[in-house]
Amino acid sequence: MNSISLKARRKFLKGITQNVAIASTGGLIWASLLQKEARAMPSAMRPPGALDEKDFNAKCIKCGQCVTACPYDTLKLANTSDQTPIGTPYFIARDIPCYMCPDIPCMKACPTGALTPKLENIEDARMGLAVIDIENCLSWLGLRCEICHRECPVKDSAITVEHHPRKLSKHAMFVPLVHSDACTGCGICEKACPTDEAAIKIVHPELVQGSVGEHYRLGWENEGAITQEFTPEKMRSDTSVDVEPGGLDYLNTGDL
Amino acid sequence: MPDTLSGKLGVWKYLILRRITQLSTLLLFFGSAHWAWNYNELPVISGNLSSSLLLGFIPLADPFAVLQILATQNTLLSEVLTGTLIVLAFYFIAGGRVWCSWVCPINMVSDLASRVRRKLNIQNAVQISRRFRYTILVLALVLSAITGVAAFEWISPISIFHREVIFGLGSGWAILLGIFIFDAFILKDGWCGHLCPLGAFYSIVGRFSLLRIKFDAPTCTHCVECVTVCPEPQVLDFKQATSKGYISAGECTNCARCIGVCPENTLKFDLKPWIKKQELTINNQQNLTTKTDNLNETDHGRKIA
Repeated sequence: MNSISLKARRKFLKGITQNVAIASTGGLIWASLLQKEARAMPSAMRPPGALDEKDFNAKCIKCGQCVTACPYDTLKLANTSDQTPIGTPYFIARDIPCYMCPDIPCMKACPTGALTPKLENIEDARMGLAVIDIENCLSWLGLRCEICHRECPVKDSAITVEHHPRKLSKHAMFVPLVHSDACTGCGICEKACPTDEAAIKIVHPELVQGSVGEHYRLGWENEGAITQEFTPEKMRSDTSVDVEPGGLDYLNTGDL
Repeated sequence: MPDTLSGKLGVWKYLILRRITQLSTLLLFFGSAHWAWNYNELPVISGNLSSSLLLGFIPLADPFAVLQILATQNTLLSEVLTGTLIVLAFYFIAGGRVWCSWVCPINMVSDLASRVRRKLNIQNAVQISRRFRYTILVLALVLSAITGVAAFEWISPISIFHREVIFGLGSGWAILLGIFIFDAFILKDGWCGHLCPLGAFYSIVGRFSLLRIKFDAPTCTHCVECVTVCPEPQVLDFKQATSKGYISAGECTNCARCIGVCPENTLKFDLKPWIKKQELTINNQQNLTTKTDNLNETDHGRKIA
């Protein structure tokens, strides 16, 4: 091997090493930026049918066709100055909520499936969950309001009005309560709330919702079903054992 | 540059056409979104350059964006995949990087930067290989697979700028300023010619595409006017162009600057299957070799990075 080809080889190897070095340094910085954006706590309200935040961020091609399809100008695309991951659609309920079009045009406009076509009924959408700040809710303060209940498009199931004892008075208060099994998170209640800052807000369910866990047994609710479910394996397989009554009585039967 | 107006127009013909297509693409998106331009009550084009729907029924999608999403191991609906194929088919016919010079809005910024650079006679502050964009291309796909989000789409100045034009301004214009400064004062054709992975992607498409710049070797006088104006001067490899009859490198953007400046009409648009291979005498070939070798060494005072 002569000196020229050695020199060329050295130059070639040096070039490769430099390229790899730049690529890996740049790649690390790039990856850390991506991780930070993509794994941020969900804060923005997504259009109906949006997948889980992680899958949504992966699938959304940031084209804004949902934004154009929305007849109420509800949706916006996050730009560089927004908190929301860049280019993805979101809405601010207090400005313009989702009016729950029955034909769901935003979802239909989505070319990638980030807004899943599996959503057939707009009432099955779960954009968020309404949460009431009872310290600032007019009804909970003892006034008559219930605007959120009257504006709610999922009538009488997402928000109900219950009576509640009032302090130092024989009269009752009528207070709104949100039910997560029916609330779509459309934000019409948040838009309608008459307080300075809305006392009912749409938030991501995972930020406020707890989970009971399977080991708590609510014997007084749906007695039969729950007893059946929480009956120990041994007894369940033996059909001759009478699983009634419920509660903790199973501890007194069998050979525990 | 010719003195007469018609002569100037001859040089600028394709530049004017490119500006028209670039601006009208932007305007079409903007008008559909803001002035409700419609056809049969459907938006003329909805969406943006990442993915759109033309006339309410023709899906279009950025193949590189789709490739990144697929790299995250997510499945996509057929609509966006059809759009990808339509766009790929178009650039297969028209030339891969026709995207870069005829559609991409960044081109106007980088062209302006080149102009400023020429006027002020600015030298490169750094040197990066023109192949570096392929590294970024691979990196974008690898990072998409690792992090689970389309890596380049999250930082792409093209998408950010185009989105903000259509859907409301944020601070995306600052990215354009960044590209302008980088291209004008740091590295010639820095973004489009060295870094942009979308350009790299379309360079790969361009290798196979049909519409190319035909090179009529016998008429070439090696005045290298074309090399001076070309944003990717390495593609004007006269030796290769002579043997193939056209500019074969995928990095050629079909911008047709060279066609405008060529005093001998050596360069013309033509479809690859119709371009005949040209036989060369040994004499002619040797002559060419020495001329292009000199050219590559000095590039008339300009180093081809």
